[in-house]
Amino acid sequence: MTRNSVLFVLQLLFTLLVCVFLIVPVGMSMLAGVTTNYQVGLESGLTLRWVLEVWDGYRDTLFASLGLSVACLIVTLILGIPTAYVLVRTQNRLSRIIEELLVLPIAIPGLATALALIVTFGGVPGFRTSWLFILVGHVLFTLPFMVRSVLAVMHAIDLKTLEEGAASLGANFRQRFVDIVLPNCRAGILAGSLMVVTLSVGEFNMTWLLHTPLTKTLPVGLADAYASLRFEIGSAYTLIFFLLITPLLLAIQAIGKARVARFVPEELATESK
Amino acid sequence: MTTETRRLTLLLLPTGIFFSAFFLLPMAKLFMIGGSGVKGWSAYTAILTDSNYLNSLLATLGVGLATTIVTLIISGISGVFLQRHKFPGNALLVSLLTLPLAFPGVVIGFMVIMLAGRQGIIGDLSEALGHDRLVFAYSLSGLFMGYVYFSVPRTILTVMAAAEKLDPRLEEAARSLGASPWRVLVDVIIPGLKPAMISAGAICFATAVGAFGTAFTLASSIDVLPMVIYTEFTMSANFAMASALSFVLGVVTWIVLALARNASSATVAAAA
Repeated sequence: MTRNSVLFVLQLLFTLLVCVFLIVPVGMSMLAGVTTNYQVGLESGLTLRWVLEVWDGYRDTLFASLGLSVACLIVTLILGIPTAYVLVRTQNRLSRIIEELLVLPIAIPGLATALALIVTFGGVPGFRTSWLFILVGHVLFTLPFMVRSVLAVMHAIDLKTLEEGAASLGANFRQRFVDIVLPNCRAGILAGSLMVVTLSVGEFNMTWLLHTPLTKTLPVGLADAYASLRFEIGSAYTLIFFLLITPLLLAIQAIGKARVARFVPEELATESK
Repeated sequence: MTTETRRLTLLLLPTGIFFSAFFLLPMAKLFMIGGSGVKGWSAYTAILTDSNYLNSLLATLGVGLATTIVTLIISGISGVFLQRHKFPGNALLVSLLTLPLAFPGVVIGFMVIMLAGRQGIIGDLSEALGHDRLVFAYSLSGLFMGYVYFSVPRTILTVMAAAEKLDPRLEEAARSLGASPWRVLVDVIIPGLKPAMISAGAICFATAVGAFGTAFTLASSIDVLPMVIYTEFTMSANFAMASALSFVLGVVTWIVLALARNASSATVAAAA
């Protein structure tokens, strides 16, 4: 074997080992979720009992997370797209500061943001105990991802020329925004949306402090289950979480592999922890 | 004000109001409350003067640093390898390696328990090899493993994107001039990856320092700063101390990210 092929094999083995490290626990926990008694092992037989038990006891956390992520998506679309548009049209000192500020909720630990919200709004009756309280946290945390995804696409296309062309043909601002700007940013909006939903579904750091017994999300339920229920139920719960999150992740991986690879890492970077 | 300026201002207004009301104002309030406790403003220096807080700060920074170094080494090797060698199965490997990308911290904690917990596979293996059962999930080592687990997928993506932009001709030139693979790595590949490595490393560090979910799943006794903040807040109802500590933690992560961004754009500028 030449020196190069030795190097190749060593690196391949190393990478496979990393893969084992990442994937084996996922497989184990999925298996544990359908095993009758994990301590005994697979000989105890396979069962859907735990999955059904989680479904019966905790499915409201699943729907809560889904509802919350859709609400979060709607708000980030309404806030994020106009913001990205303004930032790309006014590239000056002020817009750079705004961009910088918007990213702060991902740079700062979710724990700090959640505490800040609680000390400020914890006393507002009806707000602290409602879903809106968690929604506010999720929007703060996901908005930068929407803005940056849309911004990346807006920077790549020549928005100004497109808009000037439309304007010279008599299109007013509303027509230009709806018929020119939005369709041209589809890819960024889609990427941003997937990211927002994925992050909202998985958010724990903030949600753990923001939630109340009546407002529990899926990750909050998971933490409860890990702490207090038997191992198999925690695993079955995790299995349900994987079934929800994996399609979202595969979709993120699939849409424009090259483009995603360029800006996803930073964006997903400080999330969820 | 021109029509254009007025329009842009109006478009930015909703985000401006939302962000001011729910982020800037609460952060200012957090800062004020941090100084309103029995300790007064000295709560902000307690993190350095009180040995309990100082020790958890050091433990937190230590785990963050270890996570960053190990993650960069692992992701550097695998990322460059996967970018350079397009063998059958490469795409599948990349998909598998990036699958845990959006797992929340609590789930990462559970994965660590699967690996190194009381019923974990590392324990099984160590017993099968005739040693004592190896269980380290519920400690700083387990936390460290969780953060590496969390950081490797995203760092591999960053390294792959950066490696794609490296000019292979530079390496060929170095090799044809007689450089060993080691010298090519040290003098050509690593400098080329440096900006990406700096920013990815800063993100690893900031995440590990500010993370909460993984530690929460593993053990409430793990003495890292986010757990201390949580305990101060919930168990001791010491809002002022919790506020001061979390504000300081936020400033630390923000500074690390800002420094890294400057350093990484400076390296890009120097190379250009």
